[in-house]
Amino acid sequence: MPAMFELIDFSEQGWGSALLKGLWMTLQISAGAFAVGLFIGLVVACLKLGAPKPIAALMRGYTTLFRAVPELLLILLLYYVGSMLLNAWLAQLGHDAMNVSGPLAAILVLGLVQGAYASEIFRAAIQAIPHGQIEAARAFGLSGFGLFRRVTLPIMAPYAMAGMANLWINLIKDSALISVVGTNELLYTAKQGAGSTRHYLLFYLTAAALYYAVTLVSNCLSARFERRIRRWMPLAE
Amino acid sequence: MIPAWIVEYVALLGRGLQTSISLLLISSVLGFVLAVLVALARLSKNRLVAKASLFYTSVLRGTPLLIQIYIFYYGLGSLFAQFPLIRGSFLWPYLRDGYWYIVFALVLSVGAYVGEVIRGGLLAVPKGEMEAASAFGMTPRQSLLRVRLPRALRLLLPTLAGESVMLLKSTALASTIAVIDLLGAANVVRAQTLQVYQPLLLVAGVYVCLTFLIEALFAFAERRGTPVRRSV
Repeated sequence: MPAMFELIDFSEQGWGSALLKGLWMTLQISAGAFAVGLFIGLVVACLKLGAPKPIAALMRGYTTLFRAVPELLLILLLYYVGSMLLNAWLAQLGHDAMNVSGPLAAILVLGLVQGAYASEIFRAAIQAIPHGQIEAARAFGLSGFGLFRRVTLPIMAPYAMAGMANLWINLIKDSALISVVGTNELLYTAKQGAGSTRHYLLFYLTAAALYYAVTLVSNCLSARFERRIRRWMPLAE
Repeated sequence: MIPAWIVEYVALLGRGLQTSISLLLISSVLGFVLAVLVALARLSKNRLVAKASLFYTSVLRGTPLLIQIYIFYYGLGSLFAQFPLIRGSFLWPYLRDGYWYIVFALVLSVGAYVGEVIRGGLLAVPKGEMEAASAFGMTPRQSLLRVRLPRALRLLLPTLAGESVMLLKSTALASTIAVIDLLGAANVVRAQTLQVYQPLLLVAGVYVCLTFLIEALFAFAERRGTPVRRSV
């Protein structure tokens, strides 16, 4: 038994440092995709609420489609279509085909999925802002992006907080799906370790424990952050 | 008009669709039963039972489903294979097939996610109705099955619709352990016809249709199941 655990320690033959590297990659991909999703979500939410009808309908279509199709399928689809388009474009420019398997592709793909969910959260949060606040800001002469940055964004943040914290947890779990297209994140590394040592249970349980640790810590931090971001909200809720 | 590969592989894709739907139905029914048990355990007065249920929910919801599937299929599967007794038993054909591992993983996961939802629903049932039930002489079990649970479910129908769509999307993970579900069938077509993405696009459309179907069914149940307060 003890010999088995040497497989995941940090010695020369152990997979410990490889797994931690995978974890670090998972965190990087998740953080990047969260940022992309945040940006897409905000833009799409604003478009849904304020853009001309055809554009708003298009944005609603994006949300519906991306929430109805399995994430794994979306990842495969975006990944293959994306790399095909990129290579076609490169070929047109006269470059050689490129192998897209890096974390950047993972971030973009997960970010697109994430943006669909985030946009609904932001839309609800923006709609929860008391209208008087926006009117007051207008009366002070704020408009456009200034109004958005100084009034809409800070007031809606507490409303969006719980939903976004959930999304972050979901994102970490979804990032495991990226392993099917061969980005060397945590699950992919665990798969390699399991395959080469034949200790499947050990490696997958270790990886699961690492994911679990990340979600526990995330829950803890987001509860703290939520208290802080809500500190000026009326207590009545 | 219809591309030749669709005609050629329509039977395979149809079987894949069947597999996906059967995964959805079996794991939603079994998972729902487990979810009710998990919710009741969470609300139990026995601290140990409540803690155990909380731990189960937290672990299942805190780790990716894909890794849970790998743990069951590769982990337990390779463990089972080491015992000649299991290999020789009548269960072995089932234990070798990825299908039942997926069902097992999905049932456990539905138990955790929906269990949490049902717990909220059970807590939301007005206390007066429970008291009324016991005033009518119902045993705790009767009042749970006839009053509390049906009431909670009606409150939860919209949430359960969302959870069912999530479950449908989770069934697509079956393709990662060589089960030919809808996505698995699309992957087979891709490999055999060398098409990069068209089969994926097709099954994505099917998943969207299934999602709308699920939402329509739940909307129907909500209209039918919510009693109109009739004047006597």
